[in-house]
Amino acid sequence: MNRRESLRAIGIGALSAATLLDGCKTNPNKAAAEAAPAPNIDPTGRQDFEIARDKSLNSQTFFDAHEKATITALADIIIPRDDHSGSASEAGVPDFIEFIVKDEPQHQLPMRGGLRWLDMECLNRFDKDFVGCTLQQQVAVVSDIAYPAIAKPNFQPGVSFFNKMRDLTAIGFFTSKMGIADLGYKGNTPGKWEGVPPEVLKHYGL
Amino acid sequence: MQLIKSSTVYDVVIIGSGAGGGMAGYVLANAGIKVLMLEAGPFFDPAKDSQQLKWPYQSPRRGGNATRPMGDFDAAFGGWQIDGEPYTQKDGSEFQWFRSRMLGGRTNHWARISLRMGPKDFKCRTSYGDGDDWPITYDEIRPYYDKVDRLIGVYGSMEGMDNDPDGIFLPPPPPRLNEHFVKKAATGLGIKVIAGRGSVLTAPLPGNTDRQACFYCGQCNRSCKIYGDFSSSSCLVIPALKTGNLTVTTGAFVREILTGDDGLASGVSYINKDDGQEYQVNAKTVILAASTCESARILLNSRSSRHPNGLANSSNAVGKYLHDSTQGGGAAILPQLLDRPRFNEDGVGSLHLYAPWWLDGKKQPFARGYHLEIFGGMMMPSYGGYFGFEGSIVPYLNGYFPGRDGKMKPGGGFGASLKDDYRRFYGSWAGVGCHGASTAREDNYCEIDPNVVDKYGIPVLRFRYKWNSDDVAQAKHMQETSQAVVKAMGGISLVPPAGPENNYGLDKPGKGIHEVGTVRMGDDPKKAPLNKWGQANDCKNLFVTDGSVFTQQSEKNPTWTILALSMRTAEYLLDQRKKQNI
Repeated sequence: MNRRESLRAIGIGALSAATLLDGCKTNPNKAAAEAAPAPNIDPTGRQDFEIARDKSLNSQTFFDAHEKATITALADIIIPRDDHSGSASEAGVPDFIEFIVKDEPQHQLPMRGGLRWLDMECLNRFDKDFVGCTLQQQVAVVSDIAYPAIAKPNFQPGVSFFNKMRDLTAIGFFTSKMGIADLGYKGNTPGKWEGVPPEVLKHYGL
Repeated sequence: MQLIKSSTVYDVVIIGSGAGGGMAGYVLANAGIKVLMLEAGPFFDPAKDSQQLKWPYQSPRRGGNATRPMGDFDAAFGGWQIDGEPYTQKDGSEFQWFRSRMLGGRTNHWARISLRMGPKDFKCRTSYGDGDDWPITYDEIRPYYDKVDRLIGVYGSMEGMDNDPDGIFLPPPPPRLNEHFVKKAATGLGIKVIAGRGSVLTAPLPGNTDRQACFYCGQCNRSCKIYGDFSSSSCLVIPALKTGNLTVTTGAFVREILTGDDGLASGVSYINKDDGQEYQVNAKTVILAASTCESARILLNSRSSRHPNGLANSSNAVGKYLHDSTQGGGAAILPQLLDRPRFNEDGVGSLHLYAPWWLDGKKQPFARGYHLEIFGGMMMPSYGGYFGFEGSIVPYLNGYFPGRDGKMKPGGGFGASLKDDYRRFYGSWAGVGCHGASTAREDNYCEIDPNVVDKYGIPVLRFRYKWNSDDVAQAKHMQETSQAVVKAMGGISLVPPAGPENNYGLDKPGKGIHEVGTVRMGDDPKKAPLNKWGQANDCKNLFVTDGSVFTQQSEKNPTWTILALSMRTAEYLLDQRKKQNI
């Protein structure tokens, strides 16, 4: 097993998955927003059916314009621009989320329903949908659903949605060029592995 | 549709191009034998087809696993489920069957962990009072292990351990930072931790100019463009093609092995998936290496008046004694590694540190042992593979650690503070995977499901597999060991403790992808389909060279043994041809 396989084999994948709601397939025809342009995917090592599948997914649109705008605003609250790097939307996270819900349809219902839950919560509280709220109002609602252990029981649907939204946002951001640079990952390049630098071993008393 | 019969008679037809088929093809083609190799999937050359060094953002799913169970960049086509090729279960079994239909088979995704079985492993009954003895000893197979080491290359350290024999080793890669912590913790618990043993060229392979030394991207599972690791395609089949003696037919999905009135194998029947036509090819000798379960399926589907119970199955043992490794383990966040220093520690895509079974000979509530595979460190951020995105754990853990300001906060969150938490936790995890030996049992098996065919009309396999009390006792021990290691590291465990209700975290059978034993070797033709050369007792010009031949697995991953046995069988076949016995 390689490292990733080992983690999954011993059940760690379940840790995050346990918090994710089960989804079901949703009719994609309701989409109103324009399909994102298909990214230029290097076909090396890809099977024909995979290439065709990617093309088909890229020709469909799941989220409508309002949903996409809500995702964009929410993603930037989760991962804002800071001294190290740009925001989630600057790293292309909304387009990643649009793709991944088509690629993994189990996300579709929880995302669509969760976005609607968020809008209703904002309408009830501020008389505006999420994107119509001020940043202060948006943060107030997000604060109620962003801390699972202390969230009030009536916010549970929002907590479940936010767990998924936060996870997809982080995946999209930290697997982007910008996010990888932010984390400081130095590999994926030919080199010579000669072990941990001596000063690091010394620092940790190893 | 047409049935196309070839007039060519090949010296040898090999079914399958993985470790077992690839090695047999390599040996025979280099000895001047005219060989046809049938592979059910497409051609695959890592030099051209590898997705090595792609970045996650070069995948629209960021490495996700919608079409490949081990992630978008993994080399292996196929998976646990293949469209149009079902398998069924019996008695509530949940056996998982990983198939990789492509040149090189399952050598495309494996972690290159390359271990020799030891003297006691070949004599399981004698040594442990459980299971069966192989018809061969370690000393008989040792010269072949040596030759495989020299031919393919394996790194490791000389340890002189009785049941974990040393090989002819290239230098091992040093551990990653996190792995040092695991080693320290395990050593403190009395567990001997040694360098991993993997088929990666940490130095140039003497006498081989086709393969380059490893450049340490840690991506062996994507396959290697410079052939720096072992895949059957790059190290065996492609070199064998250069002899001019090997022909590879891809897209050839085998139905059955054909036999003549004399009961001997006469050829192979297959559907060509590319043109949809049916083919029959003629062979003087057939070598079956389609993978443990697929080989059993082909034999059981090869019925004739001379072999009414399926080919090579007068023993009625084909399909039986199916056994996979037991698997468990633990992982943790190491608080001392929050905000750890950054450097390139991709290393090799195999094992850096390894703990052979350390309680051999000590009384346990189970017969056989397990080993520890140690892992951890800064991986390329990615989604998919088995694990998903490692950062997914951060919002579930950041409530347990004080922030940079020393203050605690509730877990979860958003904004700049959460963004910083992802940075702080990055690369701070480590753990152990446990992989153990399960004993072959007659009542764990695959058989033909009489009611179900695949899309080619070929009857499919039905599995019956239950872990027994020994396996569960082993899993309990695995859990205790991994939790003890986590505790000794001062880690925050990421694996919730499992109890008897879920077999102490024991994974489903098949998930180890180490299944072996369905066409076993044995001393007694009444009990085993194969003799000690891998030759079918009922059909002397049929040989089997994949994992199905195992009499009994050990806790050592099987590939190196498959390679050694396949080489030995191929050389025996050459000898028998020379003596005109075949």
